Amino acid sequence: MAEKKVVLIFPKQKIDKPIVYHLVKDFNLTFNILKASITPDQEGHMALELDGDPAEIEKGIKFLKEQGVKVEPLSKDIKVNWDKCVQCGACVAICPTGALYVKDSKTMEVAFDADKCIACELCIRPCPPRAIEVHF
Amino acid sequence: MTKTIAEINEKIKKGQAVVVTAEEIIEIVAQKGAAQAAKEVDVVTTGTFGPMCSSGAYFNFGHTKPKIKAGGGHAYLNNVPAYTGWAAVDLYIGAAALPKDDPRNKIHPGEFTYGGSHVIEELVAGKDVRLQIEAYGTDCYPRKHLDSWINIKDLNEAVLFNTRNAYQNYNVAVNLSGKTIYTYLGTLKPNLGNANYCSAGQLSPLLNDPFLKTIGIGTRIWLGGGIGYVAWQGTQFNPKVSRLESGVPKRPAQTLAVIGDLKQMSPKWLKGVSFVGYGTTLTVGIGIPIPILNEEIIKYTAVRDQDILAAIVDYSDAYPQGKPDVLGEVNYAQLKSGEITVNGKKVPTAGISSYKKALVIADDLKQKIKKGDFLLTEKVADLPSAETAPAPKPFNERPVKEGK
Repeated sequence: MAEKKVVLIFPKQKIDKPIVYHLVKDFNLTFNILKASITPDQEGHMALELDGDPAEIEKGIKFLKEQGVKVEPLSKDIKVNWDKCVQCGACVAICPTGALYVKDSKTMEVAFDADKCIACELCIRPCPPRAIEVHF
Repeated sequence: MTKTIAEINEKIKKGQAVVVTAEEIIEIVAQKGAAQAAKEVDVVTTGTFGPMCSSGAYFNFGHTKPKIKAGGGHAYLNNVPAYTGWAAVDLYIGAAALPKDDPRNKIHPGEFTYGGSHVIEELVAGKDVRLQIEAYGTDCYPRKHLDSWINIKDLNEAVLFNTRNAYQNYNVAVNLSGKTIYTYLGTLKPNLGNANYCSAGQLSPLLNDPFLKTIGIGTRIWLGGGIGYVAWQGTQFNPKVSRLESGVPKRPAQTLAVIGDLKQMSPKWLKGVSFVGYGTTLTVGIGIPIPILNEEIIKYTAVRDQDILAAIVDYSDAYPQGKPDVLGEVNYAQLKSGEITVNGKKVPTAGISSYKKALVIADDLKQKIKKGDFLLTEKVADLPSAETAPAPKPFNERPVKEGK
């Protein structure tokens, strides 16, 4: 069994088609929707955590791509602009998964572990210098 | 063993001064004892990098042709209102100023994406800033409108002048209510979801000289990456708060008004920041050198995080309602461990002031002094002490009744 977090970007002509359920039906994958947004006349975005046989995950992702869905790893989603970051801990207090954390208790350096990030975006606004950016 | 500032400056000029940071001195005093360490060490450098709302800058932009008198009119910098209650071409921009059309907290919590602090950061960074003036026109200053780009390099004087910085200790903010609140100490999750503190602790300037024996009016400091001076005591200055035996205050206590040439400063150390639901403020870098004049002074500078207590305050009720209630006291070592216990509950902590950047400031000041680029100053006058300062007063509200 393997786990993979991905961001799906649906072109606007696909947002009314049932696609994601095929991951369960055809590839025996379970998924946890971390975030989803579909706006009329715009693209749809969905962040998914996929669980299942590694080969089936790859097949599922291939299927999604064949349907015209762009698939990107979730880690690409949230970026910290370290030039803007003032190294306070406002985000650390808010981050529910510990992706934003104090790396070193002597220097109190704040770091970002992309693997732990679920792209919930709770950190975006509480960051005083607005150094955390969402990239799709 | 006592030293004078003049003697220390002689050593600095010769490149012989022994300079250490307020973090390094802890171990030195622990190993050698205060008496020996006071003989060996000449200067201890401190640092802090945190949001300081009572900050701002004034400047003189030079006379236009024909002349304009901004005084008494309206002025905007990148759409943010500047203070015009002065003469013709002097303006002051405060960190918390917001554009007239900013939605503020109309949809709560507001974003506060851009304000006076961001204007200051952009000016310092050398970016062009749009200056708009609406004046009423006089015989000697006939012009009524101005809409022009300005740049810090073209300003006659550009001066950072902050009326309350470098708070000596601060509250730890928590939220006892059932909903998220948005404060100047960050976003506080409901039911004691997190605890935010805001001090550099053992590195913080005024915690290393708790009675301000060496810091006073005229003290030269590291300010915003450049050189500044202590101008006065900061507003809300309160030396009368309860203290530990070491002299360390247990509540927010003394503050500094500081001044310095904005043109020499760096956008790295003057950052415009936005607190969601609260507003904009300026994150300011300050470093103050403490001359080791005697054993007493070095003992103060050896203060450790575990020796500094801060009060835990509920920002959902006690703080906004002005109640004195405190939920407990914790030390900075506990705060920096990432978790404290409040009302029997384990609460994750986060610092709003950056310890990492405070270390960089203390170290930069240390290097400048060692190289002879930064000399110490005698204070011109003492700041008020617990004995001489008036007791701080809350607002005395006297409601105005119509017809009286």
